[in-house]
Amino acid sequence: MSNPKKKKEILNQPLEFELAILGGRVIDPESRFDRIADIFVHDGLIKEISSRKTTTRIGAKEVIDAKGKIVVPGLIDMHAHLREPGREDEETIYTGSCSAVAGGFTSVCCMPNTEPPIDNQEAVKFVYVKAKEAKCKIVCVGAVTKGEKGEELTEILDLVQAGVVAISDDGKPVSSSQVMRNALEYCKMFNLPIISHCEDLNLSSGGVMHEGFVSTSLGMNGIPSIAEEVMVARDLKLAEFTGGRVHIAHVSTQGSVDLIREAKKRGIKVTCETTPHHFTLTDESVKTFDTNAKVNPPLRTRKDVEAIKKGLKDGTIDSIATDHAPHSVEEKEVEFDFAPFGMVGLETAFGLVVTELVNKKILTWPQAIAKLTINPSRILNLKGGRIKRDFPADLTIIDPKASWIVNPSQFKSKSKNSPFGGKKLRGRVCYTIVDGKIVFP
Amino acid sequence: MPKKIKTVLVMDAKTIERALIRIAHEIVEKNKGAENMAVIGIKNRGEYLAQRVASLIEKIEGVQIPVGLMDITLYRDDIQTKLEQPLVQKTEIPFDVRDRVIILVDDVLFTGRTIRAALDQIIDFGRPRCIQLAVLVDRGHRELPIRADYVGKNIPTAKSERVKVKIKEVDGEDSVSIVKH
Amino acid sequence: MKLRSKHLLGLEGMTKEEITLILDTAEPFKEILERPIRIVPTLRGVTVVNLFYEPSTRTRISFELAEKRLSAEVISFSATTSSVKKGETLKDTVRNIEAMKIDMVVVRHQCSGVPYFLTQCLDSSIINAGDGAHEHPTQALLDLFTIREKYKKIRGLKVVIVGDIKYSRVARSDIWGFTTMGAKVAVCGPTTLLPYEIEKMGIEVHHDVDEALEGADVVNVLRIQLERQKGGFLPSLREYTNKFGINVDRLKRLNENFTIMHPGPINRGVEITPEVADGPYSVILNQVTNGVAIRMAVLYLLSGGEGKVE
Repeated sequence: MSNPKKKKEILNQPLEFELAILGGRVIDPESRFDRIADIFVHDGLIKEISSRKTTTRIGAKEVIDAKGKIVVPGLIDMHAHLREPGREDEETIYTGSCSAVAGGFTSVCCMPNTEPPIDNQEAVKFVYVKAKEAKCKIVCVGAVTKGEKGEELTEILDLVQAGVVAISDDGKPVSSSQVMRNALEYCKMFNLPIISHCEDLNLSSGGVMHEGFVSTSLGMNGIPSIAEEVMVARDLKLAEFTGGRVHIAHVSTQGSVDLIREAKKRGIKVTCETTPHHFTLTDESVKTFDTNAKVNPPLRTRKDVEAIKKGLKDGTIDSIATDHAPHSVEEKEVEFDFAPFGMVGLETAFGLVVTELVNKKILTWPQAIAKLTINPSRILNLKGGRIKRDFPADLTIIDPKASWIVNPSQFKSKSKNSPFGGKKLRGRVCYTIVDGKIVFP
Repeated sequence: MPKKIKTVLVMDAKTIERALIRIAHEIVEKNKGAENMAVIGIKNRGEYLAQRVASLIEKIEGVQIPVGLMDITLYRDDIQTKLEQPLVQKTEIPFDVRDRVIILVDDVLFTGRTIRAALDQIIDFGRPRCIQLAVLVDRGHRELPIRADYVGKNIPTAKSERVKVKIKEVDGEDSVSIVKH
Repeated sequence: MKLRSKHLLGLEGMTKEEITLILDTAEPFKEILERPIRIVPTLRGVTVVNLFYEPSTRTRISFELAEKRLSAEVISFSATTSSVKKGETLKDTVRNIEAMKIDMVVVRHQCSGVPYFLTQCLDSSIINAGDGAHEHPTQALLDLFTIREKYKKIRGLKVVIVGDIKYSRVARSDIWGFTTMGAKVAVCGPTTLLPYEIEKMGIEVHHDVDEALEGADVVNVLRIQLERQKGGFLPSLREYTNKFGINVDRLKRLNENFTIMHPGPINRGVEITPEVADGPYSVILNQVTNGVAIRMAVLYLLSGGEGKVE
């Protein structure tokens, strides 16, 4: 990148860059680049990345002083619920994108369990029309089955042509093993991953939190670990048998991590993600009956949290996704049993990664950034997640030392359902840049 | 520096005994005997004074006088205004109050609010023929139109002073003193 | 001595001193129930609302009597959650009720945590009359009172709770209450109806009823519901009765002077035979009487005002 020949070329050009980001620690996990460097952006693309001294004479219309900051590829959230169409009172693609860029995300992958579900080409087109107004890039996931009913496959070719990057019935599992088998086999034609929400609905039936000592003492119906694990095991077997690509969403239990680790060793085409809340919180958070701590899969035990961290460290878990699930105050301020599952996560995810993983030495900076950038990018075959010449200038600049207190009422998201209110986090997003334009702050 | 506390003894064991004997005689005299009579003491010290008065009357008249004891907490008029609820103690009225002469006994008569509570409570047990009040000390400062029928000693006090009654069964000695701050 | 909270949500976390205060306070209240006029003016001017979101006969009547015997003004409200669900939220309902100026709320609900939830929306004192499978503190307190009345102590007794532990709020409150007061507690039931890691509550766990009853002083027999058979937890009530039903024969394993309790309502011939339920060692009706005294004590202790102690 600091090839002397190229440098000369630039110096010879009269051109002034649109944006220069000077003096930051640049981390690009794909190229294993990690040093102080300047980045120059023009026409929405990264034009030059080079060590500081040699490029001081280059001019730019806008300059960001990134001294003491970290410059990383724009973060990618491969699992968010933006609620449009259907529940625009909770979130829209636009407000979701505002929330995303405030959290450092430059691409968000929206799940198809909207009302109606994104199960046809027109619905996908609708999302992409709305996405034009968004502050960040929106990529769309289509449904596996029509109406997410788990019965008939959607017109997957149509969906792919309309631009979906994966298919999923997220929120619900594909309960029928036969349907899942067919989906995996069919998707091989498009090298399309299936994002699987693993839950055996018979085992989880009626459950509202993790089944363990806490659910026993609170007298609440539990969702056992095995409700997730038997489906993970099934999907791994199906992926092995069909050769299809399965991506296990929001892994929450020790057993799931173990199963996936084994499967990867055997060469099965599986990837997976976990969420910030699953590596941060345990079922103890439910003790105050806080409905914001009601998520699916549920918050598990300390032992599971440790296993998730181990899975992140050894690479079993490829990516970190928010599972951003906005819900209105009215829906959440009810009896615990009646509250919907889910919490918002776009604006706290990065701080939690820094606070819980990087600062606690679970992951190095490049490892942590990889799970938020290049890894999801590879899984979904995206362009982003890289700092690379002539690639889109999607960048996030962060202050690794800054600390802040989470205040949900100030979230950009339309919904405020976060259990992290009042928590002190390290690592703050300073700038989010999409296609060379500063979209945050 | 702690405030100076001055204690003045106003009744000793002997004086108390004399006062109770006189009260017993007055009760018998006023009621022309002790027929159909019962004594009820108000928790805590009134309980023991009631027992003493009852046995004195028994000695004079040679009849059995039933004794009850009463905790008036649940009839207090200030229960909603207290931060900590006072401990509720047992009330034992092992006889039918209906048509009886009830001698209500307490150690100190002050605002009259305790007696008001006790009167209400007795009436909830039934309709006595009459209720008479006997106290060891009347210190004045009534807040309700209540007076005692039998008084051991009238002790004029300032409102800020405290009247401390000690009796053998509870405190190991019999005495009445005024505590001045 | 006073209670640390102005609410009674459960016995988990309550101290021995607090439980003892409630039991001690219930004694004079029990005496009031023997008086010709069974009413005292203590809570005159206090308005208590009974919110019953789940059908209940005994607990509701018991609370209403306790309130009325303390001269409180009583409003009772029953609703089935299904009808409430369609209309306004629980929060709106209770805030509307509180806006009419009330002081205390007694709540029964099929969802765990509702009493706690109400403490977050209201200023009133909240008393839990049973929430989901979580807690039923006044039931456990009356169980403790009944046992203390008979044995003059609780410490050292062996208490066995038999039946559907998983879905029982009485079991949980009894476990917290009896263990806090120093009793040895064991639970016994079909493995499918023993919740996950229940032993961590500091108790013995059995699924052989004869083994569990060995050397016990108190047996608390829980109601077994037909729904458990439908839910696939039990093959049949008949099989339950054979394996776990408390009959005269099984009583032989108990200590002398043993006691049979049941929180009611009883399924005669299912979890308990009529002879046992009506036997001389059964305190089932005493429990009901004591329930009123305990609830009076709880209402009294939680009704304190804002002023200072003299």
